[in-house]
Amino acid sequence: MANDLPNSFMTGPDEKGRFGDFGGRFVSETLMPLILELEQQYEHAKTDQSFWDEMDFLWKHYVGRPSPLYFAERLTERLGGAKIYFKRDELNHTGAHKINNVLGQIILARRMGKTRIIAETGAGQHGVATATVCAKFGLKCIVYMGATDVERQAPNVFRMKLLGAEVVPVTSGRGTLKDAMNDALRDWVTNVRDTFYCIGTVAGPHPYPAMVRDFQAIIGKETREQIMEAEGRLPDTVIAAIGGGSNAMGLFYPFLDDKSVNIIGVEAGGHGVNEKMEHCASLTGGRPGVLHGNRTYLLQDEDGQILEGHSISAGLDYPGIGPEHSWLHEIGRAEYVSITDKEALEAFQLSCETEGIIPALEPSHALAHVTKIAPDLPKDHLIVMNMCGRGDKDIFTVARALGWDIEGG
Amino acid sequence: MTRIDDTFARLQAEGKKAFVAYVMAGDPDYETSLEVVRGLPGAGVDIIELGMPFTDPMADGPTIQLAGQRALEGGQTLEKTLQIARELRKDDDTTPIVMMGYYNPIYSRGVDRFLADAKEAGIDGLIVVDLPPEEDEELCIPAQKAGLNFIRLATPTTDDKRLPKVLQNTSGFVYYVSITGITGAAEAQAGDVAPEVARIKAQTDLPVIVGFGIKTPDAAEAIAGVADGCVVGSAIVGEIAAGRTPVDVLSFVKGLADGAHRA
Repeated sequence: MANDLPNSFMTGPDEKGRFGDFGGRFVSETLMPLILELEQQYEHAKTDQSFWDEMDFLWKHYVGRPSPLYFAERLTERLGGAKIYFKRDELNHTGAHKINNVLGQIILARRMGKTRIIAETGAGQHGVATATVCAKFGLKCIVYMGATDVERQAPNVFRMKLLGAEVVPVTSGRGTLKDAMNDALRDWVTNVRDTFYCIGTVAGPHPYPAMVRDFQAIIGKETREQIMEAEGRLPDTVIAAIGGGSNAMGLFYPFLDDKSVNIIGVEAGGHGVNEKMEHCASLTGGRPGVLHGNRTYLLQDEDGQILEGHSISAGLDYPGIGPEHSWLHEIGRAEYVSITDKEALEAFQLSCETEGIIPALEPSHALAHVTKIAPDLPKDHLIVMNMCGRGDKDIFTVARALGWDIEGG
Repeated sequence: MTRIDDTFARLQAEGKKAFVAYVMAGDPDYETSLEVVRGLPGAGVDIIELGMPFTDPMADGPTIQLAGQRALEGGQTLEKTLQIARELRKDDDTTPIVMMGYYNPIYSRGVDRFLADAKEAGIDGLIVVDLPPEEDEELCIPAQKAGLNFIRLATPTTDDKRLPKVLQNTSGFVYYVSITGITGAAEAQAGDVAPEVARIKAQTDLPVIVGFGIKTPDAAEAIAGVADGCVVGSAIVGEIAAGRTPVDVLSFVKGLADGAHRA
């Protein structure tokens, strides 16, 4: 592959929506005209200054951007190696990076005259962000959420309802994120005229992977400016957790052409990447296939049936990964590793104790990998980790895992 | 000429509309499913659509989703689905078999290997829901080269500007999806369907078959009356789900086929 490497890693996708062999538009004919229209509208908005002016205004005054780049001093001391920064996207309104993308898609939906917004959600963060922005603009919002996730993410279900969204528990399949995405697609196919599908990650048919990446790239753009200000140079390593991969793609994208920057994505290793598929590490434990409109690495059996993974984090519990990650993996521009539930829980506690930050379980996976590599790196090695969500939603899950009873009383 | 072309030529000579029946391969188990498939030609079915079960059938309603789950839980695989076709071909060399489903199980097997196996098993055509014309190079063009028809879905959202693109690499027949939505949902209305069929026929000589939302013999007659034939899937699968015996299922199918053939 090395001989075929492009001059820039930032030119994708091509006109067919491909990153190398990954991506594409694998949808039913009913949806095809809709995604072509979306692509056209997005291409137009992308170069329209008034679109970005509206985004910038809301990012600043509604979301609270830019999010800080924070030197995690006690954690750095504790690990005794590389200098660790957190990109604090957990401080955004609604508590995660998801709203960066939702704002972009909802502004686009309004421009397209759509009045009904549908979304899928796993951990509930994307659902909450979508319900929030819909409330702000007075749009009808329907969120599909796997019945299993409705149960384990009750606080976010309640938030969505408070925000006026209808939450539809999905019982088909095993009732997790991929099933929620199937039902959202079924809704879209049925309500094509007035409905906009707000996808929460860098997956789905083209143009979603590129569009969501572009909206999340604000994370990496800010990080570049902030690290230049703080250290006068680029980071040596950027690292982020990956379910579908939107926070990671947002952080990575502006650094893809900076060869000195190591890029590491952390997948959910669950109980360990094994043959029983008790994990959600699509790149480490899967192979290429076609699902939800794109070709990418998937957890699947030998007959091409999609497998359900396992992760303690509902936000990482997806059998696929954004197609651009699959491409970056194959060409070797980014490195992908996996972290187990147990390691993530330890990192969760470490962040609480050393930095006073209760992280979501998703970035706890990224942090766990930081704790593995930082001690062996020199003190002038700069790591930026995306703290993409806060952990309020996860305290019940963590309490259960640690054997504390906080629900009984 | 494939068996599909021969069938439409015969029906035209007889002045009859086509009745297409969909069943999920391996639902509820391999043996029962094989017995139903074997009985379909005798029940008046002109073309058999054999569903390939998939874990994530994004364009299907609950009835077909559950049929796929039953089949997979019963151990159905793509190989066993091909085997059903081989078994049928032992005593039926005229009824066309169209495999219908999603791309990933085919992609997983490998396109070239799948096409060779399908041809050898006596398959005549493919309907793959998540392969629009934009992805023709994946399977559609290789399938045509291998001598299999690739049957495309046209939908209410396929406007006149897009229709030529949809028809371009379609062969065998055009499958018009009568509603925007998933299988087994809203009821198709002949009044809505007729102008759409005319719109498609203005741009192609291929037969136009209408599916989605046809549940009764009367509906089959009404819809087939404004097209070259109709497809019934969820209603038949619903009978299987209700635990009816193959004999009863086939008697239900015969009612639908008679309806379509009255048109």
